[in-house]
Amino acid sequence: MSRIEQRLTALGEQRRKGLIPYITAGDPNTGETLRIMHSLVASGADLIELGVPFSDPMADGPVIQRACERALANGCTSRDVLEVVRRFRETDTETPVVLMGYLNPVEAMGYEAFAENAAQAGVDGVLMVDLPPEEAGEVVPWFRAQGLDLIFLISPTTSDERIRRMGEHSSGYVYYVSLKGVTGSASIDAGAVEERVAHIRELTELPVGVGFGIRDAETAGAIGRVSDAIIVGSVIVDCIGRHPEGGDSLHQALKSLVKPLRDSLDTP
Amino acid sequence: MKLTEQQIKDSPDARGHFGAYGGRFVSETLIDSLEHLESEYRRLREDPDFLARFNSDLADYVGRPTPLYHADRLSSELGGASIWLKREDLCHTGAHKVNNTIGQALLAKFLGKPRVIAETGAGQHGVATATVAARLGLKCKIYMGAEDVRRQAVNVYRMKLLGAEVEAVEGGTRTLKDAMNEALRDWVTNVDDTFYIIGTVAGPHPYPMMVRDFQSVIGRETRQQCLEKNGALPDALVACVGGGSNAIGLFHPFLGDESVAMYGVEAGGYGIESGQHAAPLSAGRPGVLHGNRTYLMEDEYGQISGTHSVSAGLDYPGVGPEHSWLKDIGRVNYVSVTDDEAMDGFRRLTAVEGIMPALETAHAIAWAIKLAPQMRPDQSIVINLSGRGDKDMDTVARMDNIEVEGR
Repeated sequence: MSRIEQRLTALGEQRRKGLIPYITAGDPNTGETLRIMHSLVASGADLIELGVPFSDPMADGPVIQRACERALANGCTSRDVLEVVRRFRETDTETPVVLMGYLNPVEAMGYEAFAENAAQAGVDGVLMVDLPPEEAGEVVPWFRAQGLDLIFLISPTTSDERIRRMGEHSSGYVYYVSLKGVTGSASIDAGAVEERVAHIRELTELPVGVGFGIRDAETAGAIGRVSDAIIVGSVIVDCIGRHPEGGDSLHQALKSLVKPLRDSLDTP
Repeated sequence: MKLTEQQIKDSPDARGHFGAYGGRFVSETLIDSLEHLESEYRRLREDPDFLARFNSDLADYVGRPTPLYHADRLSSELGGASIWLKREDLCHTGAHKVNNTIGQALLAKFLGKPRVIAETGAGQHGVATATVAARLGLKCKIYMGAEDVRRQAVNVYRMKLLGAEVEAVEGGTRTLKDAMNEALRDWVTNVDDTFYIIGTVAGPHPYPMMVRDFQSVIGRETRQQCLEKNGALPDALVACVGGGSNAIGLFHPFLGDESVAMYGVEAGGYGIESGQHAAPLSAGRPGVLHGNRTYLMEDEYGQISGTHSVSAGLDYPGVGPEHSWLKDIGRVNYVSVTDDEAMDGFRRLTAVEGIMPALETAHAIAWAIKLAPQMRPDQSIVINLSGRGDKDMDTVARMDNIEVEGR
C-alpha cells in the first residue's frame, strides 16, 4: 500500500477529511520550502502537493504564476525540488508528498530518470497538469515501476468514459477541479460539487480530492463534507508571497491561515 | 524522402499526432471542448454550406486568389533561378493570417459561440481576428505580450478601431508565448461561450490540422498558378517559420512532389551561436508546450527559454508539430537567417521590386537571395510573401535612427 493510500485510508477509517496544501517549491527559496512543509504538517496537513516551478504555467492563475517566476529567478530546478523532498524525508517519513507541475521539466530529465530520482527522494505521487490519460501511455510504466502514484485531474466537463479510463491509469486519489478556470479563481458552488463528486464516486473507487477555488475555512468545511480531501493552493502561495523574508513571521501567518482550515474540516 | 499519399493523409493520425509530435497536452477542463471542436470541424469541413461560405469569403472578402508574381529584376540581379512571389501580402489585412481567421470565425459562428479570443505576436493575427469578429458581430479579445504591444503600436490601434479589446500581457517574457498562456487561461475560464482562434499551426489537436487546412489554399493556388504560368512545378519553395502557418500553407499541397525542395526559414536573431534567436528547429530539442509536443527552445531543466528576433511574429520558442515531423523525416530543410540578413532582404526587395515585405517575410527573402544563385536559370523558386511591411515602419525607422514624424 502506498503512503498516499495508507494516509487516505486511515483518514477514511477515522471519518476525517484530508487537508492537502499546495506550495510552489523554491519560493521564496528551497531552504524555506523545507521549513514550510514541516510547519504545514504541524498545522494539520495530511499530504503535501509540492509544485515544480515551470516557466509557462498555463493552468495557473497569477498567484502561482508569480510564485513560479520567483522560484525560477532563484534558480530552483527540478533536481533542487527533489532534494527538498529528500531532506523532508529525513525527519518526516509519514506525510505523503505529491509533485505537481507540467510535463516538460519531467521530459527534460527523462521519464525513467525522473521516476527513479523522485522515488529515491521519497516522493509518493506525481500530477502533471498538462498530461491527460490519452498521452500518458509512455509515462505510466516508468512511474508504476517505481511505485509512484499517478494522479489525474477530473473537470466539471470530463466524460464518464474518460473518468473510467483515468481509473485504470491512476492511483492514490483523483483531483476534482471544482470549476472552469485557472488556480486561484473566484468561488465554488458546494452544491454542484456535491452532486458531481457523488457521480465520480460511482465511476471510480479512488478517494476524491477537490481543489481550485477553496480560499477560506467556510468553503473548506462545506467542500470537506462532500469529498475525501480538499486541496488549497493559491491562498497559501499568496501568503508566502507576502512574506518574502521567510522566517517566523511567515510561519506565524501560515499557521493562522491553515489552522482554521483544519478546524473547519474536523467540525462535523 | 518521398512521402506517399497515404502518409500525408494520415498526418495527423486520429489522436492528432504527426509522427512523434503534436497531440493534446492540456489541462482536463479543455479536453471536452477540444473533442467537440474536432468532431464539429471534421463534420463541417465536408459540409457544402460551410465550404461555400468559406470559399466565397476567401474570394470576395480576402481577395483570393492572390497573384503569383515574377520578381524579374531580383531574379536577374541574382543570376540564378527565377524567383516568384506568392502575394499573400495582398490579402485583406495585409497577411496570410486572415485565411485562417475567416475559417475559424465561421466555425465559431456555426458552433454558436458569441465571443472569440486570440493571441498575437506581430499583431497580424490579432488584426485578422478583430477584422472577422467585427464582420460577424462577435465579441473579441486579443492577448498580446507587453513587449510586442510596444513594438507593434500601429497594429494595436488597428485592433482597437475594429472593436477588439487588447490586453497587454505582463507575465513571463512579455512576448507571444506569454500571450498564448494568457489566452489559454481565458479559454479555460470562459470555455462555454468562447472560441479560441489560434493563429498558427501549433496548440492542441485539432488546431495544427485545422489551421493547416485553412492555410493550404496558398499552396493549392500556387501549384495551379505555376502549372499555368510555367507549365511546371516549382523547384523550390521558401517560407519563413515562426509557428509556421504560412509555411505549412504553401508546403502542404506539394509534400508528395519529390522534385519540389522546401526551405523553412527560422529567425536566427543575433546568430544561432549567440543563443539569442528564435530557431527551435535549427537549435532546439523536442518537448511539450502549449498543448503539443514539438521542437522547443528550452534549458537543460525543461524551462522555456527567452527568444530574440527582430520580427515579433517569429519571436516564439516553439513551432508547429507538423514542421517537427517534416524536419525529422527530412522532407523539409529548416534553415535560419540572422536579423541583419533579414533586414538586408527587406531593403533589397523594397528597392528592386517596390514591394515592402513584413520583417517575418524578409527572412524568407534573405534565404532565397542565398539560394537562387546556386540554382540554374531554368529553375524556379516560389517565396511565400506572407505579409506586407507597413506594420514594421517604426522598427525599421528606429534602426535607421529616424523618428517617424507625428509619432
